Amino acid sequence: MTSVHPNSTTTTRFARRFLISLSRMRRPITLGPPSDEEVCRRTRRIKLAAYSSMARAVGSRRAWSRALLLKVRNRVRFQGILRNRFLASKKKRVIKRNKASGEMNKTDMLRKLVPGGETMDICGLLEETAHYMASLATQVKVMQSIVDQYSK
Amino acid sequence: MSSRRSRSRPSSGSSRITDDQILDLVSKLQQLLPEIGNRRSDKVSAAKVLQDTCNCIRSLHREVDDLSERLSELLATTDTAQAAIIRNLLTQ
Repeated sequence: MTSVHPNSTTTTRFARRFLISLSRMRRPITLGPPSDEEVCRRTRRIKLAAYSSMARAVGSRRAWSRALLLKVRNRVRFQGILRNRFLASKKKRVIKRNKASGEMNKTDMLRKLVPGGETMDICGLLEETAHYMASLATQVKVMQSIVDQYSK
Repeated sequence: MSSRRSRSRPSSGSSRITDDQILDLVSKLQQLLPEIGNRRSDKVSAAKVLQDTCNCIRSLHREVDDLSERLSELLATTDTAQAAIIRNLLTQ
């Protein structure tokens, strides 16, 4: 099996994309300490930028990155209405099929955590989980080093 | 699930997943988990691996949230140094 750890190219791609989106974040117009709401809003945008940058750096090779990019795109366009209607019915069909297996609880928990996990079979889910976990760890590492740089 | 080590024959036609495949994937997940205890024992149950995986992913999500918040606060406070730092990081 190929390694799940993101190679240095993916890490660099993620770092570049994320830094570029950070630099695009508008500086606060009001002087003085920013309001809590502003900080909250920017936190959400930063979080979204982090996940999208990682998914784009990984590309469409993995099911989880595809699902994540789709979710981000839909959040921007449809506010989740149309997407929820289609995916909800698909989810119900797949969940009924998967309920036959014994380890329902843990697997379902995992499905909720991994993007796109709801409609995968157990084999695909485990593979995607491994890759997703490794990519998340890389994402955290890069973000941490950016914060460290800023704090100097 | 960890007790079933016999190879199950793939059923005709449909793409039935073999037990060995699942066990391989679960052991691969197990190797990714940071706990040291997992290395020693070979017979960690799949349920524990799944549970640890879920916990690991949840804590990683939480770390991303915390780091995003810290970055947001840092972005708000630093001003002109911001562009310089980012340019610096991009050229590394």
